[in-house]
This record gives sequence, structure tokens and C-alpha cells, in this order.
Amino acid sequence: MLNTVLSARNGQASGTPEAAVQVEGIGKRYPGGVEALKDVTLDFPAGELTTLLGPSGCGKTTLLKIIAGLLDPSKGQIRVKGKQVHGPGPDRAFVFQDFALMPWATVLRNVAFGLELRGVAKAEREATARKYITEVGLTGFEQSYPHELSGGMRQRVGVARALAVDADILLMDEPFASIDEQTRRKLQEDLLQLLQIEKKTVIFVTHSIEEAVYVSDQIVLLSRRPGTVSRIIRPNLDHSTDLEAARRDKAYLDCVDEIWQTLKQYLV
Amino acid sequence: MADRTAASRRGLSEEVAGAGGHQIVERVPSDRQWLWRLISFAVVFGGWEIAGRIPVSPSFPTFSATIVALGEMLLDGTLAGAYAETVQPLILGMLLCSVMAVLFGVGMGLSRTVEWFSLPIFIILQAAPMAALIPLITFLYGIGLTAKVVAVMLMSAPIIVLNSYKGIRNTSPSLLDMSRSFMATRRQQIVKIILPSASGLIFAGLRLGVAAGVTGVVLAELLITPTGVGDLITYYRSVAEYPHMFASILSIIIFSSVAVTLLQRAETALFRPET
Ligand SMILES: Nc1ncnc2c1ncn2[C@@H]1O[C@H](COP(=O)(O)OP(=O)(O)O)[C@@H](O)[C@H]1O
Ligand SMILES: [Mg+2]
Repeated sequence: MLNTVLSARNGQASGTPEAAVQVEGIGKRYPGGVEALKDVTLDFPAGELTTLLGPSGCGKTTLLKIIAGLLDPSKGQIRVKGKQVHGPGPDRAFVFQDFALMPWATVLRNVAFGLELRGVAKAEREATARKYITEVGLTGFEQSYPHELSGGMRQRVGVARALAVDADILLMDEPFASIDEQTRRKLQEDLLQLLQIEKKTVIFVTHSIEEAVYVSDQIVLLSRRPGTVSRIIRPNLDHSTDLEAARRDKAYLDCVDEIWQTLKQYLV
Repeated sequence: MADRTAASRRGLSEEVAGAGGHQIVERVPSDRQWLWRLISFAVVFGGWEIAGRIPVSPSFPTFSATIVALGEMLLDGTLAGAYAETVQPLILGMLLCSVMAVLFGVGMGLSRTVEWFSLPIFIILQAAPMAALIPLITFLYGIGLTAKVVAVMLMSAPIIVLNSYKGIRNTSPSLLDMSRSFMATRRQQIVKIILPSASGLIFAGLRLGVAAGVTGVVLAELLITPTGVGDLITYYRSVAEYPHMFASILSIIIFSSVAVTLLQRAETALFRPET
């Protein structure tokens, strides 16, 4: 049973999986003259979690925001399921590093906010929101306000909000970076578990090698600014049997080391 | 056996007392706050009393004489009559300018064009010494109610406008990105993100605006034509009844603080479910 789940996931991974998002020749120069990205071409396979990993300031957020349609690229184009996109769309949902929750709204309203903006009726959107609040493990906190929650719980709200709009693609910008180490590990495990239920294509930004290796199907190493694709690595960890065991796996440790050897050259 | 029950019962009751004690411990800070407030009032008023008894100046009354005068004026209706006059231009001015000033500040925050041509005016207005503008107001609007209303508006509008503007501009960029990523229209973004996020600073601006409006009306009553509280102050000074003059000044300070506190209470009750 577990094996079938595993092979379903791996089945998509091996061979040439269909790309959910294609980044073609993307370049970005900010108005001030900073060149953040240079000629980035990349495919994000459908149903997989791809990590963008690189030193801070290398353009990870910039690339993610361009994919989200929040920033216009200076060059190149973004295709989502084969179609070129020019702005935000219902097919993509963003999870923010600083959570981006409305402090004046309850957890319930925050999670339902994407649907509220789409004009979904209150009863319906709250029912959907409750379902995802349960899924991320926040049952009982529907009426709490963000300031009453810990950092980890706040990001669970951010994840639930992104899931609630039922987008196929999740864009996560260092979602766990501002959360303490223990909580972060738990969130990583819960995210993987959640993704086994919710089949999503995830683009995950991080600057933590360990996090990238642990959660990813595919890791894209970016070079120092202007960011370009330096290497693509597939950790091939087996998460299906035991989420914890993966961290002791030899493949995990080898992969961490291999990435460290590559990234070291970008540090001065 | 009986002993043990009694002992355990005592233990239990101690626990309950402990819990009760805990609640008391939690209440202490607010008791302490009151205590500190009382002490600070006592120090200020005590200092005033001593300064009045020395006396620092022949025209400086003691605190007790001032309070007696205040009581007299409250009882014989002098204060009520004066405030009935003073609040007219104040309320008119605040009604006329608060809504417009908030809208203007919000407009400045939302539109570069509006910002470009009006921000400098309000910054200059806020920096300008009002007393120096009063002759200009009388020149333009005479010495009636209109001039006083204008004085109130000139004092309070810049603060309200600039605070509302800052509130809009301070909206968290990541909340703006969030609303865009979930495809909010510009209208939704303004109504659901920008305005709620700016409301704290907008209300702070309104409170400061009311306090400034009170200053404006008193200035106008002192400098244009003596009416209301301004008339009381001028009159009691001219007849050298200093305790009454100070009581009038004290009443204005109390009036202004009470108005600002009430506004804050109303804001918390109406617009701040999260606190
Ligand atoms: N709005 C902006 N204007 C100018 N430069 C920017 C802006 N945003 C980011 N940058 C610059 O672009 C580079 C890449 O930024 P970013 O994508 O945030 O990096 P990362 O997320 O990998 O840390 C950085 O050097 C940053 O200083
Ligand atoms: Mg970043």
C-alpha cells in the first residue's frame, strides 16, 4: 500500500515528467541597476517538490515572485501548464516568509481570505477553511488572532490559506526560515505528509541545505548574483516508510555533503 | 482517617486560597498602576499647592484655591455656559474637517498625483505657528463663528491628514503582495487590506486632531473675540481673580483629555476585536 504511494510519486519523477511550470530565459534587473537573475531556464515537474537553493541575495525570492506574477521579468517568460502567464492566477498560491497574515482577522478569516476575494459565499468559504485548518492541525484555533499564535502555528495558517484556494502550484518563500529549529523539523515533516494527501506542485525556496535535501524531489542550486542555475540534484530519499528515518539515511547525508561542496565555491 | 480527611481538606482549601492568591497577584499590576497614577497626581498637585503657598508669584493661586474656584464655577453654571459656547466652533470644525481630512490623507497615500501637489501644503501648515495665522483668519473671515471654525480646522486638519497618509503608506508590503497573489482587485486591496491596516494611525490622527482642535478654539477665543472659555480666562485675568482663571485653564485640560480618552475607548470597542 505504502509502496504504491511511493511508486506513484516516483513514477512521475522518473522518465520525463510533464512540467507544471516552465521558466524560460528569465532575467531580472531592478530599477536601481541590480541584476538579480540572468538567463534562468528551468522546468518544475508536476506533482513534485522543487527547491530553489542558493546563498542569500542570489535572487531566489525574485524568481519566485516572477513565477507568482508579482514581479515582471526584464527578459524571458513563464509558462504554467504550457500557457504563458503575465500576472497572478488561480493556479498558483503563495506562502510568505513573514506569514503575511492580517493581524485584525481571525485564523478562520485569514484562511478563507483567498476565497473571500473570489466572492465565495461566507458559509461555503468558512466550511472550506475549516477543512484546511484541520488538515494543518489547527483545530480549535479558528477564532484566535495571529498574535495569539506561535510562529509555527502562524505559518500553518499561511499554508492552510494557500491550500484553501485549491491552486495546483504552491510557491513557498523560505516558509520556515523564521521558525525555531525543533518546530521547523516538525513543520517539514507535516508538510511532506500533507503533500501526500494534496497532490501539489511545490516550488520551495530555502537557504538551508538540510531542509532542501529533506523535503525535495529536485533541488536547483543557484549561483551567486546574478542568479543562474548552477546544478540540479535529485536526493531520492524514501519518505514513504518513516519520515524521521530519512534524516539518518546515508543518501541524505551524502546529498547534504555534495551540495555543500558545490555551494562552498560561492562563498568568499 | 478523620484527621487525614481534614488535613487533605485543609490542603485543598490552601490550594484554593493559593489559586485565589494567584488571581490577586495578577490583579496587582493594575492596582499598582492606579497607585502610581495617584502618586504622580499627588506630587504634581502637592507641588502646585506648595508653589502657590510660597507664593512663586502673586498671581499664582494654590491648588486648593483653584479647586474651590472650579467647584464654584461648576455649581453656578459659569463653566456650563462657557463650554456651551466653546464647543460650537469645535464640534462644527471637527465635523467639517475630520471626514475630509481623513479622505484627503487616504487619497494622498493612495495616489502619487494627489501626494505630489498636496503633501507640501500640509507639512507647511503643520509646521506653521497658528497664532501667527490668526490675524490672517480674521482678515479673511471676520470675527464671528466662521473664523473660529476655520481656526479649529487649520489646527486639526494637518495632523489628521498627515497621520492618515502615513497610515496608508505604512501598509506592510508583504500584505499587499499577499492580496495581489490571491488576485484581489485594487478596490478589494484598499477596502480589505490598506484601510484596516491604516486604521490605527488614522484614529491616532483623529485623537491628536481633536486635541489640536481644542487648542485652536481656545486660541481663537483668546485672540479673535472673547467667548466661552477664552472669555472666562480673559475676564478673570483682567479682574485679577487668579484662582478662577487657573480653574478655567484646568477645565480645558480636563475637557481635552476626557474627549481624547473617550475617542480611544470608542475605537477599541468598535474597531479592535483582536485586543
Ligand atoms: N525591490 C528591489 N530593488 C532593488 N534591488 C532589489 C530589490 N529586491 C531585491 N533586490 C536585490 O536583488 C538581489 C536578489 O534579491 P532576492 O531575490 O530577495 O534574494 P534572495 O531571496 O535569494 O535572498 C539582492 O541583491 C537584492 O538586494
Ligand atoms: Mg529571499
